[in-house]
Amino acid sequence: MRFMVIVKATEASERGEMPSTALLEAMGAYNEELVKAGIMLDGDGLRPSSYGARLQFDQDGNVTVLDGPFTETKELVSGYWVWEVSSREEAIEWARKAPFRGGELEIRRFSVPEDFGEAFTAELQEKENQLRESVAQQRGE
Amino acid sequence: MTPPSPRTASTTDLHRVVDAVWRMESARIVGALTRVTGDVGLAEELAQDALVAALEQWPETGVPAKPGAWLMATAKHRAIDSFRRTVRLERRTAELGRELQEADEPDWAAALDEVVEDDVLRLVFISCHPVLSREARVALTLRLIGGLTTDEIARAFLVAESTVAQRIVRAKRTLSAARVPFEVPSGADFTARLASVLEVIYLVFNEGYSATAGQDLVRPALCQEALRLGRVLAALTPAEPEVHGLVALMEIQASRLRARVDDAGEPVLLTDQDRRRWDRVLINRGLVALERAQQSGAALGPYGLQAAIAACHARARSVEDTDWPEIAALYEALAALTSSPVVELNRAVAVSRAYGPAAGLELADALTDVPALRGYHLLPTVRGDLLLQLGRRDEARAEFERAASLTRNERERALLLDRAASCGPRLGA
Repeated sequence: MRFMVIVKATEASERGEMPSTALLEAMGAYNEELVKAGIMLDGDGLRPSSYGARLQFDQDGNVTVLDGPFTETKELVSGYWVWEVSSREEAIEWARKAPFRGGELEIRRFSVPEDFGEAFTAELQEKENQLRESVAQQRGE
Repeated sequence: MTPPSPRTASTTDLHRVVDAVWRMESARIVGALTRVTGDVGLAEELAQDALVAALEQWPETGVPAKPGAWLMATAKHRAIDSFRRTVRLERRTAELGRELQEADEPDWAAALDEVVEDDVLRLVFISCHPVLSREARVALTLRLIGGLTTDEIARAFLVAESTVAQRIVRAKRTLSAARVPFEVPSGADFTARLASVLEVIYLVFNEGYSATAGQDLVRPALCQEALRLGRVLAALTPAEPEVHGLVALMEIQASRLRARVDDAGEPVLLTDQDRRRWDRVLINRGLVALERAQQSGAALGPYGLQAAIAACHARARSVEDTDWPEIAALYEALAALTSSPVVELNRAVAVSRAYGPAAGLELADALTDVPALRGYHLLPTVRGDLLLQLGRRDEARAEFERAASLTRNERERALLLDRAASCGPRLGA
């Protein structure tokens, strides 16, 4: 089963501070361990929210754009991994080994079409499939 | 900083945590124990003892902050205890006969603390050793590297748990009797032994991908396990192109798992699959692995070539959009390496797609005298298909009928008879 491990932002990451050499080394070793365990599919870091924006939709579909930075640091994301593991517990145990001092990780399982139940009609699934195809085309796959 | 407090959990949750930790850590623990004890059977027993201790103690104490280190330390104590017991036993025996030298206790504690990168790789090689039967290699690899229980392996292969347990016990005994060293082979031996490792991993994958037993056409969990093993091996042997080739092949094939079976549980042929259901994450990983296999500059091996063929399909948005000339060329290279008539037949299909049915038929016709294909229904199926495309309906009908008489699958037989009928009425009938 596939999980996204979300790295929550910290004050330091929001200030755009780069991690220390020691932390970079520890992260490198940790990532290597994940690769050697054969579970890491993907992962990356994100720039502080000051480089981003938020779009809010009201009930009528009107959009308000808010420029970053945003203040609720703990609700922001600063990076992610995508792992393929055999259980939720395994994802948790791997995440426990992350070399963070301070901060928070959140683990979320990827949804599969079956999760959506009857609301996700065959027609909608077809649309979703078409969308995925277009994305793949744009990425030049 | 306050030390992290041990976690508490319900017994069921705790079992799941222990399972997860075991899957993560067991290969390294068994590897290190095999290195110091020189006996993979003993090493696994000691590691299992540590696992049992965890199941007994963690409900009381909570899960330790570093569960992997706890298991390792416990296994280490068991190893030293077992060594001391053996020495005492030998001393007692020695009183009857010759004087036994005061045995120096080897510094196992230090040896076990040492992190040896090769431990897991050595464990892979010993699990796939050619003195073992194929079934034993598969069972031992899943058990020692995958961290699967005997019961899980038995369920995956739909055999009795006692059968798997027997295989593993016998395998360990065989390794011990043959005094198989715990090492990464070198020189020419390395290539041959690596081939055995790759074969075991691909066997596991295929058992999941086209299940030979049971009701399900595919068992994705087994594919995932093989992929994990392959990725582990690729990280341990980054300079081996065929390892990357195998990983690429498995990633790309696994990307089609969701499209390979329709809603009714029936198999869907590659050319009929809804390509939008393919897993793009795995395709990308497969393409990257294939690039790594190609980086060495050497010609691709059998797995690399199969991966390259799979990649042609993965890149194509439709059957028509497929680079068939490239696939035909890759099959030609693969046929030269494997001299397999089945590969030749696949090549004939690719050639027909690339250069027309007549060119394909010429290759397929050359296979009709090959003994290995005499009872193989796909040969007349392919020939029937190509003959039909050429408008040679009578010959096509005869081929489809022959194919129908050869297949053992009822559904397939019905399909082939339908195709025979669609060739029109027999002339002069």
